[in-house]
Amino acid sequence: MTDATPPDVTTHAMAILPEDLPTAGSFFKPHRIVLLLIAAALVFCVVWFMRWDWLPQYLPRLGHGIVVTLAMLFSTSILGFLLAVPLGLVQVTGPWPLKTLASGFCTIIRGTPLLLQLWLLYYGLGSLFPQFPAIRHSFLWPYLRESWPYGVAALTISFAAYEGEVMRGAFAGVPSGELEAARAYGMSRWTLFRRIWLPRAIHRALPTLNGETVLQLKATPLVATITVIDVYAVISKVRQDTYITYEPLLLLALIYMCLTGILVVAFRHLENRIPTRGA
Amino acid sequence: MAVDSFINWGLLALEPPGWGGVLLRGLLNSIQIAIGGYAFGLALGVCGAFGKLYGGPILRDLMECYTTIVRAVPELVLILLLYYAGTDALNHVLNLVGIGTVDISGLAAGIFVIGVVQGAYSTEVLRGAIKAVPAGQIEAARAYGMSPFKVMTRVTLPAMLPYAIPGLSNLWLIATKDTALLAVVGFSELTLVTRQAAGATKAYVLFFCAAGALYLALTLVSNVFIKIIERHSRRGFVEQA
Repeated sequence: MTDATPPDVTTHAMAILPEDLPTAGSFFKPHRIVLLLIAAALVFCVVWFMRWDWLPQYLPRLGHGIVVTLAMLFSTSILGFLLAVPLGLVQVTGPWPLKTLASGFCTIIRGTPLLLQLWLLYYGLGSLFPQFPAIRHSFLWPYLRESWPYGVAALTISFAAYEGEVMRGAFAGVPSGELEAARAYGMSRWTLFRRIWLPRAIHRALPTLNGETVLQLKATPLVATITVIDVYAVISKVRQDTYITYEPLLLLALIYMCLTGILVVAFRHLENRIPTRGA
Repeated sequence: MAVDSFINWGLLALEPPGWGGVLLRGLLNSIQIAIGGYAFGLALGVCGAFGKLYGGPILRDLMECYTTIVRAVPELVLILLLYYAGTDALNHVLNLVGIGTVDISGLAAGIFVIGVVQGAYSTEVLRGAIKAVPAGQIEAARAYGMSPFKVMTRVTLPAMLPYAIPGLSNLWLIATKDTALLAVVGFSELTLVTRQAAGATKAYVLFFCAAGALYLALTLVSNVFIKIIERHSRRGFVEQA
C-alpha cells in the first residue's frame, strides 16, 4: 500500500516508468525465449550486414555528446523543479494576481511547441541582445554568444511549466488535516511548508515527476537544432560526413533507450527507498 | 532599430509583401497532419490496446515492444527514422512488386510518422481505460452471445470512453505540438515557415510570437471542444466533489 497518487495517465502513456520494468523471471517463458532468440538474430544481422566502420572514429565525440545530453537533462530538471515549486504553490494559495500570472504562464508554455520556444529564445532574443550595448559590455556577454544558455533556458522553462501544473495538484491534494495538525503544533508558516507541505506534495507527485524527467530526456535532442553539440548532433554530423542513413540513427535510438532504462532503474531504486505506509 | 522590427505589423499582412498568409497556410498544414496523425494513431491504439489485453502471448509481447520503444526514444529520433525508413521501405516494396518508385508526399509521410508515435501513446491510454470498465459489463455482453467484434463496438468502446477522454484529449494537444518536429525533416508546417519568414525579414521575435499565438489559439479552441465532449461523455456519471 502506497499513499502516493498514481502517475498522471498521459505521462505514463508517454514515458516508461519503474512499474513497466520487466522482472528477471519474466524472460523465462518458452515463447519469450524464442522471441529473444529471433531478436538476437536480428541484432546479429544488423551488426553483421550494416556498415559500422565509422564507429571507432566517432566514439570519443559520442561519449562527449552523451555527457552534454545528460548535463542538459539534469541541470534543466533541477532548475525547472526549483521554479515549479513556487509556480505550483502560488496557484494554490497565492493572491489572485500571482495566481493568474502563474496559471497564464503554464497555459502559454504548455500550449506552444518546445521547438518554437527554443527558436524564439535563440533566434529572437539572440538577435535582439547585440543591439543593446549595455548587454554587449556586461560580464554575461561571453555566455550569451554561446547557444547552450538558450537551450538550458528553454528546457528549464518548459519543464517548470509542466511540473508547476503537477505540483499545483500535489499541493492541493495534501490532506488539510495534516496541515491543520501542523498548525495546531504551533509551527510557523515556513516550518509547516518545509516540514509537512512540501515533502508530502513531493511524495504524492513523485511518480509523475519521474515520468516528466523521462519526458525531459526525450525533449533534449531539440537543442541540437540550435547548434548545441549533444549526442543527437554528433549523430547528425556522422550522417552528414558519411552519407549513411540508418546505422547512426539506429545507434542513436539504442543510446536513448539505454539512457532511459538507466534513468528508470535509478527511479525504481529511489522509490523503493522512500518509506510508505503499510507496505 | 529594434523597436521598429518589433512593431512592423505590416509583415503579418495576408497579401504577399506580408507573411500572414504563409503562416496561416503553415497552420493549415499543421492541423491537417495533426488530425490525420491523431486519427491514424487512434486506429493503431484501438488495435494495440485490444491486442495487449486480449491477444495471444506473442502478440502481447510484440505490442509491449512497440509501446516500450516509442516511450523510451525521443520523438525527434523516431520521426527521422520513420521518415527515411518508411519512405525507403515503401519504395523498396513497390520496386519488388514492379510498380516502380513513387514520390511520397510530405503530408502522407508526416501523418504516418505522427500516427505511429501517437499510436503507442493511445495504446497505453486506451488499455488503461478498457481495464477501468467493470468486468461484469463485458461478461454480460459475452453471456448474451455477442461476437467479440460486437462486444467491442457495442459495449467495450462506448463504456471505456468516459475513462479515455481526458487522456485522449491530452494526446490531441500533444499531436498538435508534435507536428512542429516535422520542421526538422523539412516539411513546411507552421514552425518551419515561421523560421523561413523570420529569416527572410530578420523580425525573429515578431514571427515566433505570432506563431506561438497561433499554436496557443489552436490549443485554447481545442480545449473548448474538449470540455464539451467531456461533459457529453460523462453524462449519467455521479459527479465527484
